[in-house]
Amino acid sequence: MNEIKPTKSIGIRKTLVDGPEKVSGKALYSADFFPANCLVGRIFRSPISHGKIIEVDISKAKALPGVKAVITGDETDEPFGVLPIARFEYPLARDKVRYKGEPVACVAAIDTKTAQKAIELIKFKYKELPAYFTSQEAMAEGSLNIHDHREGNIEREVDFDLGETDAGLATADLIMEETYNCAEVAQVQSEPHAAIAEYDVIRDFMTVHASTQVPYYGHKMLAKTLKMEESKVRMIKPFVGGGFGCRTECLNVELICALVARAAKGTVRIAISREETFITHRGRPETDVEIKIGVKKNGQITAVDFKAIQRGGAYSGYGVVTILYAGGLMFGVYHLPAVRYKGLRILTNTPPPGAMRGHGTTDVRYAFENLLDKVAIELGIDAIELRRRNFLKAPKYETLNEMFINSYGLPECLDWVEEKSGWKKRKGKLGVNRGLGVACAHYPSGASKPVNWTGEPHATVHLKLDWDGSITLLTGAPEIGQGSTTMAIQCAAETLGLDMSRFQSLTSDSKLTPKDNGAYSSRVTYMVGNASIDAATNLKNILIDAAARKLEVKPEDIECLGEVYRAGTQDEGLTFNEVVQVALEGTGTITAKGNFDTLPESWGTKKYRGGAISGSMAYAYAAQVVEVSVDPDTAEIKVEKVWAAQDVGKALNPLAVEGQIEGSVWMGMGQAISEGTQYVNGLGITNSMLDYKVPTIVESPPIEVGIIESIDPNGPFGAKEAGETSLVAFIPALTNAIADAIGVRPIDLPVTPDRLLQLIEDYQKTHKAAR
Amino acid sequence: MDETQNKTHLNCKVNGKERDDFVSDNMLLADYLREKLNLTGTKIGCDGGECGCCTVLINGVPQHACLRLAATCQSANIETIESLSEASHLSALQRGFHEKLGAQCGFCTPGMIMAAEGLLRRNPEPNEEQIRQGLASNICRCTGYIKIIESVQFAVNELKLKEKVE
Repeated sequence: MNEIKPTKSIGIRKTLVDGPEKVSGKALYSADFFPANCLVGRIFRSPISHGKIIEVDISKAKALPGVKAVITGDETDEPFGVLPIARFEYPLARDKVRYKGEPVACVAAIDTKTAQKAIELIKFKYKELPAYFTSQEAMAEGSLNIHDHREGNIEREVDFDLGETDAGLATADLIMEETYNCAEVAQVQSEPHAAIAEYDVIRDFMTVHASTQVPYYGHKMLAKTLKMEESKVRMIKPFVGGGFGCRTECLNVELICALVARAAKGTVRIAISREETFITHRGRPETDVEIKIGVKKNGQITAVDFKAIQRGGAYSGYGVVTILYAGGLMFGVYHLPAVRYKGLRILTNTPPPGAMRGHGTTDVRYAFENLLDKVAIELGIDAIELRRRNFLKAPKYETLNEMFINSYGLPECLDWVEEKSGWKKRKGKLGVNRGLGVACAHYPSGASKPVNWTGEPHATVHLKLDWDGSITLLTGAPEIGQGSTTMAIQCAAETLGLDMSRFQSLTSDSKLTPKDNGAYSSRVTYMVGNASIDAATNLKNILIDAAARKLEVKPEDIECLGEVYRAGTQDEGLTFNEVVQVALEGTGTITAKGNFDTLPESWGTKKYRGGAISGSMAYAYAAQVVEVSVDPDTAEIKVEKVWAAQDVGKALNPLAVEGQIEGSVWMGMGQAISEGTQYVNGLGITNSMLDYKVPTIVESPPIEVGIIESIDPNGPFGAKEAGETSLVAFIPALTNAIADAIGVRPIDLPVTPDRLLQLIEDYQKTHKAAR
Repeated sequence: MDETQNKTHLNCKVNGKERDDFVSDNMLLADYLREKLNLTGTKIGCDGGECGCCTVLINGVPQHACLRLAATCQSANIETIESLSEASHLSALQRGFHEKLGAQCGFCTPGMIMAAEGLLRRNPEPNEEQIRQGLASNICRCTGYIKIIESVQFAVNELKLKEKVE
């Protein structure tokens, strides 16, 4: 009889379904569209960091032949922003400008040269105000409020004290503390921001293509700022050249493009420069962390007391969430009996940061893991052993802030890096100026409460099955290079037992695909993967019913083998196409729908305001060992080797998981040793890829990836987060390795050679003095 | 196009086809390829000479199309990513980047592949260090480069096998 078995798609190295387009140059990104009669949009930006707008005179620009529209902040008085509680940013500045480079006006003209000429004809009259470029300046007494409704330039203050922190510190045998400064970093995703807006005058309808991770939020903000019905907007996300969080909120680029297209009554293309992309920012904020850890002699942590101050830039963006994550995600890696946190999100006259990869937790985890290493040395306990002594109890574990840990592969991650790096044999024996360091981290698999709470499921997937036996997967989940479309198809194919080649996909087009909240907080695999399984299960049930009708048996007697449906092993069965034919009789094309929703237990704590942030269905874990060598004369750091283990629940696609972990480690390395934005009087002086130093292929280290599978009880086939956790673990593992190599511990980020050299010299001076 | 701009009569070869176009003296090769010839596989990722996304071959040598004026390409032989796949078959390098996940978001990929193409023509069997040097002008922000190196090695091996068979 039939030897046919269902085809497996999960746990197998799969190439990306959209790979051929990418390697052949056929993939179209937003700036690759050149519609007929398309106008060129160009943005006029504020030359000052803080000032009152007196007048934006556009009369001469408007009069220039070839100019079709010029708009200013008068075009819309509707603010935008990702968080309903913090929407006070306008696509084009009104009343005030608050950072250098903030959009003030936009021109649409027949060509670039005319648009540029028109920009030069705009007269911007303003009254300059005192500007604040650091958190300290903005918080200082007597500073003006950058926003009237934010007294003292405090965007958000977070306070919690869970457990008995003072008592915990009092019972500690050792308390260590340190203050860290972590530079602001930017995503520097390969593709600069771009948008194409097509305004249909006859239908009063707006179609926008944009480089975004959140077409749904973009769609909402387009309708809001354009004051159009949401049903009269179509948002399409073409291929996107990376995101890492800088497009996790609607950006001014797509809004300005749509506003100017409507004013010009036509189609406008805005492809902003790399410099403007840096100015649009939404990276990781500069963060100051003060942290105190109390431990018993045996290494058990008794309490953590910490404070984080984030330089929040001129507008909130995701800021409130970032400062909440910085506190809440202290929990969940180790057993912490008491934690006190104070978080301050400060408004400054710099471009607004956002939700960069490792959102909220990265800098705080860096500080914690760096200090914990120092604690280990002070106690004379091995750094890996100290971490083991503070493991969470086996799942199910509840943290003090009511995070539920249902799967916890951290112990296996640490075992793996300890073994593979030869930790026990090699630690301390690598010779001069060479060392090993270890660190751990975690990250949620999607926020369990979405920022727009609508009562809808978190994710919805449609599967369209038609007469030809092909299945089209429709999802709003934004594919930005992370492989989400491949993942969604894998989940559906596995559930139906079909080969992935039966599937096609349509993604992120609001006219065709179901709504999706977007690609952020590592939500897509967990939520969309589960929705895809649900849709495929529903489709399978329809097909089983059809096969049962045809074979005249009960549905429960049908065995689904993917390409064959049969009633018992002796039955010849029906081919997939035969079943499809029967299933379509009387009903026609089938669309099966699947949903995913989070469990209320994952919605976070009510113990403090904003406690919902950090609540997730599952947390991924990482442990990393970094081997480093330091040149004693130049303090140049060379990362010799990285062992990166991550508990991803289940590696749905080990190839893609490796790609995510390697990319995370490498991006973490950039933040650790070379990356950081710099401003002089509010002017960004690192706004190019030469001045903002991302590592190149030459200094990229070998990385050995260890995939740990704890099989999360609620994840799709057990999967959870794979794309952020390892970034977080790298940074402290590196500084701990440097401390091991040269006996000098880096504190502030990035650890550039000049900074490290200074630390070495300081150390040598004090050392000499002590002698 | 601005009519007052000086124009050059450009004769060159792009992806095997003879071109005969009038281009403004200040038109970048990258814009000529993308906007005039609709060869949008060549990407622009920076403000000039930083990222390598626009790498094309000019007379067989990888160069940034954003640092070259189209008008200076008189009688040059220009090859872009679109030239590599013949009759919808992927080249060995393209297959490598697909099979080994050398492309994640894909934006740097065309430039990366053209730089690798230039490298393999100079040196068909580069070692890892030579691959790193050959791709040092191209920035990828997704992969951490390990899978890019593996992609090139995949192509090297495949081309070696092909040579043996032939």
